Amino acid sequence: MTATDQLLFEGADWNFRTLQRICDACEQVAVQELGLDVYPNQIEVITAEQMLDAYSSVGMPLFYKHWSFGKHFAFQEASYRKGLMGLAYEIVINSSPCISYLMEENTATMQTLVIAHAAFGHNHFFKNNYLFKQWTDADGILDYLEFAKRYVAHCEERHGRLAVEHTLDAAHALMSHGIDRYPGKKSLDLRAEEKRAGRRRAHEESAFNDLWRTVPTGPAKSNAILDVERRRQMLGLPQENLLYFLEKTAPRLKPWQREILRIVRHIAQYFYPQSQTKVMNEGTATYVHYRIISRLHEQGRLTDGNFLEFLQSHTNVVFQPEFDDPRYSGFNPYALGFAMMQDIQRIVTDPDDEDREWFPDIAGKGDAMGVLRDIWANYRDESFISQFMSPRLMRHFRMFHLHDDPQERSGILVDAIHDERGYRRLRRELARQYDVGFIDPNIEVVDVDLAGDRRLMLRHTVVKGAQLSEADTKRVLQHLADLWTYDVSLVEVDTSSDKVLKEYVAHPRNIAAVA
Amino acid sequence: MAIHIVDRRLNPGSKSLENRQRFLRRAKALVQGAVKKSSQSRDIKDVLEGGEVSVPIDGMDEPRFRREGGTRDMVLPGNKKFVEGDILPRPNQSGGKGRGAGEGDSEDTFRFVLSRDEFVDLFLDDLELPDLAKRKLAEVESEGIRRAGYTTSGSPANISVSRTVSRALARRVALRRPRPEVLEALEAELLDCTEEERRAELMAEIDALKSKMRRIPFIDPIDIRYRRFETVPKPVAQAVMFCLMDVSGSMTEHMKDLAKRFYMLLYVFLKRRYRHVEIVFIRHTDRAEEVDEQTFFYGPASGGTLVSSALQAMHEIVRSRFRPADWNIYAAQASDGDNSYADGEVASRLLTDNILPVTQFFAYLEVGQENGLSYEMPNSALWTLYEGLRASGAPLSMRKVNERSEIFPVFHDLFQRRGPQERTAS
Repeated sequence: MTATDQLLFEGADWNFRTLQRICDACEQVAVQELGLDVYPNQIEVITAEQMLDAYSSVGMPLFYKHWSFGKHFAFQEASYRKGLMGLAYEIVINSSPCISYLMEENTATMQTLVIAHAAFGHNHFFKNNYLFKQWTDADGILDYLEFAKRYVAHCEERHGRLAVEHTLDAAHALMSHGIDRYPGKKSLDLRAEEKRAGRRRAHEESAFNDLWRTVPTGPAKSNAILDVERRRQMLGLPQENLLYFLEKTAPRLKPWQREILRIVRHIAQYFYPQSQTKVMNEGTATYVHYRIISRLHEQGRLTDGNFLEFLQSHTNVVFQPEFDDPRYSGFNPYALGFAMMQDIQRIVTDPDDEDREWFPDIAGKGDAMGVLRDIWANYRDESFISQFMSPRLMRHFRMFHLHDDPQERSGILVDAIHDERGYRRLRRELARQYDVGFIDPNIEVVDVDLAGDRRLMLRHTVVKGAQLSEADTKRVLQHLADLWTYDVSLVEVDTSSDKVLKEYVAHPRNIAAVA
Repeated sequence: MAIHIVDRRLNPGSKSLENRQRFLRRAKALVQGAVKKSSQSRDIKDVLEGGEVSVPIDGMDEPRFRREGGTRDMVLPGNKKFVEGDILPRPNQSGGKGRGAGEGDSEDTFRFVLSRDEFVDLFLDDLELPDLAKRKLAEVESEGIRRAGYTTSGSPANISVSRTVSRALARRVALRRPRPEVLEALEAELLDCTEEERRAELMAEIDALKSKMRRIPFIDPIDIRYRRFETVPKPVAQAVMFCLMDVSGSMTEHMKDLAKRFYMLLYVFLKRRYRHVEIVFIRHTDRAEEVDEQTFFYGPASGGTLVSSALQAMHEIVRSRFRPADWNIYAAQASDGDNSYADGEVASRLLTDNILPVTQFFAYLEVGQENGLSYEMPNSALWTLYEGLRASGAPLSMRKVNERSEIFPVFHDLFQRRGPQERTAS
């Protein structure tokens, strides 16, 4: 009897030896049969309370302190206690080693599922997808978070908690606009980043000379010299990364405030790929756990009972309620992702004529894993859906496209359904739902009024008539003005007509100037 | 590739505690409002179990640039009957607002679970026992110091000479350090000795002993022992609360209920400030007796009214069980204010001579009929009596209460932090 014929475990109980056996068995399937390429794995067993903790600090093992994480904790805890929400079975961190948290309450089958899902599925995706390669630094992130935590604590000690809190609040409000969307800059090296901050501080301390404080600043340069074009170029305008712009050019920020903006910006950037690959990431992990566990069952290493337990959890995870179901809240990324991965596998190994027509490149190619690995590496949700959503799947989900124009009084138009005429339009619209460039409002810094009152001028390009929500915008702009320390204005401009739809102005409060 | 499995379950949990506290601090005003509101509608007992409060998320949300309105396109699953070109009615008027707005609404308030401690803290936050400084038995526990054996490290001031020397002695004996007398004897012998061979022998022995003495010091650092002290909490200040209630025929259930609520608040409040709180329940008609809680509030009793009987009972209990030097004594009296005319004199004397001098605080709560208006109540016999006492500077507070909802405000009013000691909430 070979080792692979032995059961990994029986019943629901597990211990650390079982976990080790499960990991080894999963790894064998994942690496040898599926050809996955993963970061080293670290598996951590935690309690439900620790899982809640991890939730509330965006899933990170360590993070700086801020009240909003406490708010999230309270919120999550309340809904968990009321039973509105189950805890996730797992949290996995894009780092090297890749850390997966397992809850102690899980049964042995669940642990197997989680290990296959997180430690191999997500892990492979993190390591190989181009967005993660481009934007995240798996080796450095844990050290960087440690640094961020220490740095923020240090600032609190030196400059008072309130001042730090104001800065962080403002930075968080702008977090979704602290991202570089286009590569071209060098990729993130967080370890170097941490060293740089340390060196800078040391330098400032060693080079401090009180005398410089008393040097007269002299008359300002004549503004006439700086013509508009040159000024905009010098300031790097237009700039859509608001945090970056503030960090580099806000006139009166203290060095530590700039560093905090930088930390928030780096962390936003670190999470940016995750928001663009939700469907793919979950689809990959779900597909991988399904393959691994089916294989383990085939090998006789899981009992039928355990396999059924797995199938039940798996089915729950990939359940997609229909639009008129009270449980419906958009497409379930697990369901959509998993269905697409399976569909691609089918197209590659067993295509029909329709597939050959729609996917000539991959139909009948035979090597499902090869094709999938290539897709996992080179796409994000938007491009993935726009290229690989098949008519069969659209029929399967019975998708339809609604167009809702508030000007149109009579109602909402059914623009396309899952038929020959509709497939391409459906696919384009669905892909667009996942296009981050489209979801986030497009806001840029367009100019600074250097000749006048140093007003910072922003512009929101209005697409499809969707303007910014007024209350939120005012508050974000207030934060922005506090950091900029002069007036900030924002105009909303319609793309098609170039007409200004609305204008906001915010004046700085004193706190930031004092801080 | 080795997979690393770590058991983190024993790690301290509650990493969020600090964040949670920051949130509470920030939301304090909001949460405090919610706590007070919820305590009005619920039973005090339940309230003090802690629990859920609804916190308006307004002002606690974090703003982002969000888009709303405009034309929307969405792809949905589950089409059963629609064909292209169908026009569907809008679900409701706010159809154009979009799901984003809907999500915002659901977060307008969220229910927030406070632990018992957090709840009570917020509940009692701005209250303070009046006249707390009088006996310096504040909420802060003082710590005493106690000898706790010896240690190998410490401050020079704490070196225990006798212990060190005795250890040094033991070591010297064990290592056979020559005693000075032995050396002296040998040296004396050497002086007297003439025999050459013996002299050399003696000199060698003396040298050996001397070098041994050098090697084995009189006191070695390892001998040194320090006296160890540890801090122990000194016996904590204790408090006793006397609940004096009139249960004569005129007290209705409603009045007793009001009184009970007041006593409970007082109890919880004292419990926060002192480690030991005792409660003594005294009920009286024209006779007073000490009873348990159940009897106090629910036992049937009826009869005339002699307030002085309760005061007398309290005075006797204080004398026999609660030495004023060791105990903080509080009294809360609830009554409808009726008293027999002749008793006023006696009660007044008891209060001024025996009770008020030893109590920290005497609260008098005059409970009225339901739906009555407190300011319309004519001044009762007791009220007039107490007012006279208070005017002469006694530590006595008095309020009239008619409605349940007034209990907390009245309590708050009585125990509100006052004057220059006012601390900033931090």
